[in-house]
Amino acid sequence: MADKKHESTKPVKRSIDIYALTWRMPIIIWQFLFFVGPLIFMIAMSFFLVENYRMVEAFEMKNWVKMLGRNYFWDSYFYTLGLASAATVLATVLAFPASYALAFKMSETARRWAVFFLIIPFFTSYLVRTFSWYVILAESGVINAILSYVNLGPYTMLNTKFGTMVGYMTLTLPLVIILQTLSLSQIDRNLIGAAHNLGCGRIRTVFTVIVPLAKVGLIIGAVFCFILSFGDFVSPYYLGGSKPPTLPIMIIDTTKSGQQWPRAAVVAVMMMVTLFSVAFAAIALAYRKRSQ
Amino acid sequence: MKNKSAKVLTPTRREVLKYTGAAALAAPFVNRAWAQATEINMLAWYGHGEPDIVGEFEAANNVKFKPKYYAGGDNMLALIAQSPPGTYDVILSDGEFVQQLNAAGYIENLDAGDYNFDDMLYDDFKQFPGHWKDGTLHSVMVRCGHLGVSYNTSAVSAEEAMSYKCFWKPELKGKVGHFDWHLPSLGMMSLYNGNGANLWNLDDAGWAKVQETTMSLRPQVGGFFDYGGTFNSLKNGEMTAMCGIGDWITGVLEKDGAPVASVVPKEGGIQWTESYCIGKGSQHAAMVKKFIQYMLSPEGQVHSAQMAAYPGFAITKGGRALLNEKDPKEAQRTGQVDGMANDPISLIKDGRIHYRNIPVNQTLEDWNDFWSEYKNA
Repeated sequence: MADKKHESTKPVKRSIDIYALTWRMPIIIWQFLFFVGPLIFMIAMSFFLVENYRMVEAFEMKNWVKMLGRNYFWDSYFYTLGLASAATVLATVLAFPASYALAFKMSETARRWAVFFLIIPFFTSYLVRTFSWYVILAESGVINAILSYVNLGPYTMLNTKFGTMVGYMTLTLPLVIILQTLSLSQIDRNLIGAAHNLGCGRIRTVFTVIVPLAKVGLIIGAVFCFILSFGDFVSPYYLGGSKPPTLPIMIIDTTKSGQQWPRAAVVAVMMMVTLFSVAFAAIALAYRKRSQ
Repeated sequence: MKNKSAKVLTPTRREVLKYTGAAALAAPFVNRAWAQATEINMLAWYGHGEPDIVGEFEAANNVKFKPKYYAGGDNMLALIAQSPPGTYDVILSDGEFVQQLNAAGYIENLDAGDYNFDDMLYDDFKQFPGHWKDGTLHSVMVRCGHLGVSYNTSAVSAEEAMSYKCFWKPELKGKVGHFDWHLPSLGMMSLYNGNGANLWNLDDAGWAKVQETTMSLRPQVGGFFDYGGTFNSLKNGEMTAMCGIGDWITGVLEKDGAPVASVVPKEGGIQWTESYCIGKGSQHAAMVKKFIQYMLSPEGQVHSAQMAAYPGFAITKGGRALLNEKDPKEAQRTGQVDGMANDPISLIKDGRIHYRNIPVNQTLEDWNDFWSEYKNA
């Protein structure tokens, strides 16, 4: 009887699989064409050679030995890692009060408007937004002009790590706030009420109830911030003065000089390995309790 | 219904006149579109395919330039290497890269008789290094410019700017910028070390000394910039001295009223040189030849000297004469007046200018490696 039942469900199961696969195919094709395929090509390219400004297919370790053997590569690597980590912490900390207010203290309508205003910056080019900071951060810019009224400054903000960080926040902060807000909005208000009823203060409720419940969203926001900052070329170049260069700037430098695309591919592969490691570690941390 | 369709198909006399008139007025445009302009593919630094340079020639010869812009000789060579022969009709090359273009077979031989070399302001320009091989011409120099100390006149005095030493001035800490390309900056450090005409021909000790001098400048450096960044940081006063550039950037700002200037210091300056070549296999070689002749003509030279993207010196007598006539202010500003102390030709004759080259005893990779190390220091 059991066998008969099993046999009778077979065709149905097959049709469901095909149906599901049909819907999955676009994303599978997309991922293969625009992610897996180029990634495989990039890894292969890191073993190619350049002869007379032309790439030659080969399988040589020269590029890896050359790039990983240089101190400046590792200096740049740890500098980029440090900057992106700092940006992640800063964006997460700065975004949280704003997200908390949006999620718990504002009406539904006000929240919708706030999210809309957070999306608006993405309507303009990031490069344009970065260049607009010149007017504000320059020694002859808006901030120093205001400070001069109270006999302060001028302070150098462009071509510094501070400048780079301002650029990173321009890129990531709105996104982190949106992700945190979405996550905080989904918290069951009854749990917060219960915490208060049990005598838990406001601050303690935030750290023992709200943050653990919104952990996944908070971590995903942080991961996005890290990924975007780690791979950003514009801010460290135009607001940080390329001083010292980050890994994306090193990729540009490497391709500009001698068209060393294979060496640039080595840098890119190292970046991808780092990003994958951080992303997987963060996801594991985010879902740790659930799997337990 | 019948009446309506008859009305549509039978135009009135007024309608016939109206449509005939419209057709007559549109005829010149139809003709122009019919005689489609020949496309000339150009590979050049930014600005050379823009209307202020090629507009007049395009209109006179019914051609349309289709520019592909590059940044740096390496980039230029790579773009050509990755394209089939005949892709580029006209190639603007930095002078020091012409021999590599020729060695790789990327450019056509030229007939020296086609170009008016007798009009050149300086004999060297007729036989520019690397432009001839075994008596055959491969490229024609059309413009040049000088690199030295570029500075903000409110932070550095004209006297101080007469030596690269000003870059180490304590007041300029964090205010010295670099154009992000190793060749001009390291060339300047070599000149500061007293290598003069041998600035590119460094033995191991000389190269080590250049690295040491450059590293000592690192605490002064406020940033490394591309064209846009260099332009902005000088304009807004973030950088008050800039290593690796010259009037090709400060000239644009100066004309705009910014308090910046460029000088050739006592240790010497570096000349950038731009030359036109005909791409191998070009289908429009005759038209490109005509264009190069135009760029060497007085009119072409004036357009080049006034180029919106970055100005350059006129290199022909006719060009200089017409520049003095049409734009005496610009001629004065850049010293392109016979007898002026900063006349670029006089500076070359006095031995204060050295043509930009690639390192003789080291590879470009060695220099680039050191540059990366320097930026990370």
